[in-house]
Amino acid sequence: MELSTLTYMVVGATFALYIGIAIWARAGTTGEFYVAGKGVHPVANGMATAADWMSAASFISMAGLIAFKGYDASVYLMGWTGGYVLLAMLLAPYLRKFGKFTVPEFIGDRYYSQAARIVAVICLIVASITYVIGQMKGIGVAFSRFLETSYEVGLYSGMGIVFIYAVLGGMKGITYTQIAQYVVLIFAYTVPAIFISLQITGNPLPQFGLGGSVEGGTHLLATLDKVLVDLGFAEYTAMKGTSLNMALLTLSLMIGTAGLPHVIVRFFTVPKVADARKSAGWALVFIAILYTTAPAVGAMSFFNLINTVQPDMQNRAETSLQYEDRPEWFSNWEKTGLLTHDDKNGDGRIQYRASKEENELTVDRDIMVMANPEIASLPNWVVALVVAGGLAAALSTAAGLLMAISSAVSHDLVKGVFNPGISEKGELLTARVAMAGAIAVAGWFGLHPPGFAAQVVALAFGLAASSIFPALMMGIFYKRMNNAGAIAGMLTGLSATLIYIFWFKGWFFIPGTEMAANNASNWFMGIQPESFGAIGALINFAVAFAVSKVTAPPPEHIQHLVEDIRVPKGAGAATGH
Amino acid sequence: MQPTGSAAEYWKANLRLLTICLIVWFVVSYGFGIILVEPLNAIMIGGYPLGFWFAQQGSIYTFVALIFFYVWKMGKLDRQFGVHED
Repeated sequence: MELSTLTYMVVGATFALYIGIAIWARAGTTGEFYVAGKGVHPVANGMATAADWMSAASFISMAGLIAFKGYDASVYLMGWTGGYVLLAMLLAPYLRKFGKFTVPEFIGDRYYSQAARIVAVICLIVASITYVIGQMKGIGVAFSRFLETSYEVGLYSGMGIVFIYAVLGGMKGITYTQIAQYVVLIFAYTVPAIFISLQITGNPLPQFGLGGSVEGGTHLLATLDKVLVDLGFAEYTAMKGTSLNMALLTLSLMIGTAGLPHVIVRFFTVPKVADARKSAGWALVFIAILYTTAPAVGAMSFFNLINTVQPDMQNRAETSLQYEDRPEWFSNWEKTGLLTHDDKNGDGRIQYRASKEENELTVDRDIMVMANPEIASLPNWVVALVVAGGLAAALSTAAGLLMAISSAVSHDLVKGVFNPGISEKGELLTARVAMAGAIAVAGWFGLHPPGFAAQVVALAFGLAASSIFPALMMGIFYKRMNNAGAIAGMLTGLSATLIYIFWFKGWFFIPGTEMAANNASNWFMGIQPESFGAIGALINFAVAFAVSKVTAPPPEHIQHLVEDIRVPKGAGAATGH
Repeated sequence: MQPTGSAAEYWKANLRLLTICLIVWFVVSYGFGIILVEPLNAIMIGGYPLGFWFAQQGSIYTFVALIFFYVWKMGKLDRQFGVHED
């Protein structure tokens, strides 16, 4: 069957499933809308969290990043999983015990301050919007490339689907759809990985295949190391950056992960405190299935790519692939402009080399996962499945982020600040309007993507790491922390991180406004802007601690509140007061 | 007001457990995966250099095990101090 017909069928079937679930899981109360009525089983919540967390970036981009960066990409693997250890031990159970609906609500109550709540709302909205733009773009691109529609039509279809299940079902609809989306995306990710691992190493488990041997008996990783050095690159398994930047980036990603509100709020939906801990464990199990497969997908697709253009794996121009003999997938991707060949030496062959003068092949690393099944000549239904998986990853994350944005607007701003007397029905309606509005804003950004969409991911993590995470952690672990300390900490952590990022990447990412060139000799102590979130968090902790020492301690009822959230006993159903 | 004896004890026990877990968390990722990666890479397990394995596989497995270990230990502490739910 024609690939596009098959893709329409698979994607259509998954979309019908999501809408079916949405109709079944309508929300009738604000409790159901914000936190799915707190009745989600910890394993189910773990699965929904995994889908919520794993975005188009995890699904589509990460393996390609690993392929071209080798060992250095380990920071993403460790950073985006290690954050769950922090979540499970430092935040999730206590925030669940607190038993409210949103992250800013905790910050506002714990620091007895509307100002703190509003600062948290702003951080949340900026971090979530920057993150959701990438998802919207991913949806538009997946549609336009594989379903042969225009980018706009793809984007509107994606927005329409999210609109139906998020506005109708709120957190309840989103949770159950995310479970279905997890199943689709993990199936779509692992099936091609198993096939390819079998083809290259004879081992069906990609996690073992990566440590296995290729034809001829040498190990896959050793083969990659050798061929890359031959072609003039650094070894695949060697460190290219510095230990300091790797450690700081890993730390920024870990505490950023633990501080992202759309992830934290998922732990508000389980019935008990013990379930919140358990659920973080299950979430990581479901995430680890993809994250331990990704390094194999990266290395194997890279091996396949090199093996295609340089079948003898040697640095010999005369044995590289004749351009005329290039496989079909190669010419398909050439049409998209994401894979290009420039015959610099005019020999009619394709040379992939490290040196700019000799290299003739440019590959956009985002195509590695999408092209992978075709490179390995797997059947068309596998390709169709990968498209549906990529869409599931983008949709589930977009919905989770939109949920965090709309509840911050309706619950924290409208009910919390402007109109505290609003009725349950009125708030539910406001929440739905806010959700629709958030989808429209995200869609507008998807249609007019700012040029800096790729860079803002560092911003989202930097914000979450330097503002939200320290405020939450000190709120639980340091009883003496007061409103002045927390607000001062959040503001200094946040501004230090923002200024550092803008200093090297331009104010608000506007090209030409950089204060210094973005390279190692200008960086403070050699720290790259992406890694600065960890430093921002340290500044936040230090300032908050110092300020709280010289200002009045929090009132007694707040100290009781902290003592109360530290013990699981007495965690009832959530209330939005 | 000071917390009652058992709540304070419970919190102390929790912090002790937390510290142990976070030391393991740090050692497998920052220790084995980044700082000590080069010496560890001299050791091979199957086709994996050991440091590389920790960075791309082992640390993730350890994180999962660590959370479930924490869940199990906390469940015991909750019951021991009588602060468990229902």
